[in-house]
Amino acid sequence: MKLKKELRRRKRISAIILYSLAFLWMIPLVWSVATSLKTDSEITNNVLGLIPRDITFHRYEKLLIENSSEYPLLTWFLNSLFVAAIYTFLYLFIASLAAYAFSILKFKGRDKIFWFILATTMIPGVINLVPMITMMVDFGWMGSFLALIIPGLGGVFGLFIIRQFFLQIPNELIESAQLDGLNHFGIYLKIVLPLSTSAFMVSGLFVFLGNWNDYLWPLLVMSGSGTSKFTLPVGLSVLQGSYNYDYGLTMAAAIISIVPVIIVYIFTQEKIIEGIARTGIK
Amino acid sequence: MKLKNIKKPKRNILNLIWSNLKKNMTAYCFILPFMILFSVFFVFPFFYGIFISFFKWNIFQPEKTAFVGLENYIKILFQSDSIYFDYFWSGLKNTFLFVLISVPCLIGIALFVALLLDIEPPGYRFLRVVFFMPTVFSISAVILIWQWQFNTNGGFINELLITLGLEKIPWLTSQPWAWISILIVTIWWTMGTNMVILNAGLKDIDRSLYEAAEIDGATYWQSLRYISIPAISNQLFTVTILTTIASFNIYGQPEMLTSGGPVINGEFTTTVLMMRIRSIAFGANAQPGVAASMAVCLGIIMICISLFQAKYIKKLG
Repeated sequence: MKLKKELRRRKRISAIILYSLAFLWMIPLVWSVATSLKTDSEITNNVLGLIPRDITFHRYEKLLIENSSEYPLLTWFLNSLFVAAIYTFLYLFIASLAAYAFSILKFKGRDKIFWFILATTMIPGVINLVPMITMMVDFGWMGSFLALIIPGLGGVFGLFIIRQFFLQIPNELIESAQLDGLNHFGIYLKIVLPLSTSAFMVSGLFVFLGNWNDYLWPLLVMSGSGTSKFTLPVGLSVLQGSYNYDYGLTMAAAIISIVPVIIVYIFTQEKIIEGIARTGIK
Repeated sequence: MKLKNIKKPKRNILNLIWSNLKKNMTAYCFILPFMILFSVFFVFPFFYGIFISFFKWNIFQPEKTAFVGLENYIKILFQSDSIYFDYFWSGLKNTFLFVLISVPCLIGIALFVALLLDIEPPGYRFLRVVFFMPTVFSISAVILIWQWQFNTNGGFINELLITLGLEKIPWLTSQPWAWISILIVTIWWTMGTNMVILNAGLKDIDRSLYEAAEIDGATYWQSLRYISIPAISNQLFTVTILTTIASFNIYGQPEMLTSGGPVINGEFTTTVLMMRIRSIAFGANAQPGVAASMAVCLGIIMICISLFQAKYIKKLG
């Protein structure tokens, strides 16, 4: 009886602290949405208001419909979507092939090679930065989407997650498929892939988000080319770096860039949070 | 006879390799695409980066590239009249400062929130979604959202301070406020990852342990100290290493929020080493060789600190 009372007290205290903290956490977002919808005069007169008195959508119209050559937000959005979608598709294919070999096939040195690949993730990426740019110049990939898609295909993280899932597939299933006369590529296509849709969801989400949000690399590769080749994070940083900017406009741009991410996040948060909790890596 | 003896093992090795290749052909085909990309874009650049650090490197005019041995390293590490010496040490100092202030906050606050969530107040799943959400945003969007909150005139936080009858704070243009702003943004943006990992660890603890402790009269703090914390030592270890590495790699926040300033006594007080490496490697008067040597030094420091943490935390556990 005493214990139950104590438990209720604890729940109450933690609820009070957490809901206040969550309120603080949401203020920047709510305020940004409000600011992007306020009229110009209200932005300066009613700074603190979390609900605008008069709502205007003119900044969203300007960014999305006009798509001006100075700030072509719609183009950046489509560039990001294009690059991240192709990257995710190719990466899942290549990494899952390798994951199949590293989990289901047996060959000499298999685990040694895999642990070597994992160990290289300890090497700080900063060392690769200068040589990678040199290579992009040599390949003629500066300012090209190829530089945003191809180099990342050798990433280790997704391979790791997919392999973890493949390891759980029971051996008998593979063996009976072999008895039925399927070769390994057939088993990969017809048995392993359909069984692993959730693995592909999880790793695909991370891979997609990582590419979508990447900032430093696309900035280095794309900053020399015209604004029409930018991805969203690069474009937004240009918008942010320009001096005489309109606060409401930058807020609207930020909101446009995060709304799709928030929508995807809300529908998949269980899987994302579970994935991070289980692997400990992002 | 002798000849035979020599030839035989040779043929055997070739045969062995061939039969091995034939037997494992399928496996090699499966890993080949990945291994090529991994080698070309991850393994090779690592060695190439070390290679470049021994040269006076010129990306766009390769004929001007010249081997200089350890000169780049001597310049940045010891030659105190070189501008790169200043860039390296002040950048490294600022990076270290950020690591020192950010890692305890990012782990401490995440642990605090994870523990409160573990009590499972009503709606804790919803709360977890809220705290984790900013981690899926890009750094540019995060900075756009936060920059005007910190603005000295007309920014949200200062307007709030004035309404409460307090003084304005020049958040982004004075110290220590510039670092505090960067810290706040970093906590808001990245704390969720640590929180989720730690929360998952806490969830796996057998509830009957707590009940037994409580029947024995243990307080909340005692069961926290002797049950929860030891049980999540693995997660704490992961989180510490990941957070430290991420903090050493800090780039976007100072670059966009404070532009490396404010400048105090001629020193850019929030210009971290990654910003220096980028501007030296790719800016005007680019010196990729010098930048590569800085990157190698930073890489060595990061590896040493990770190894040290691994050893130290293992000992604690």
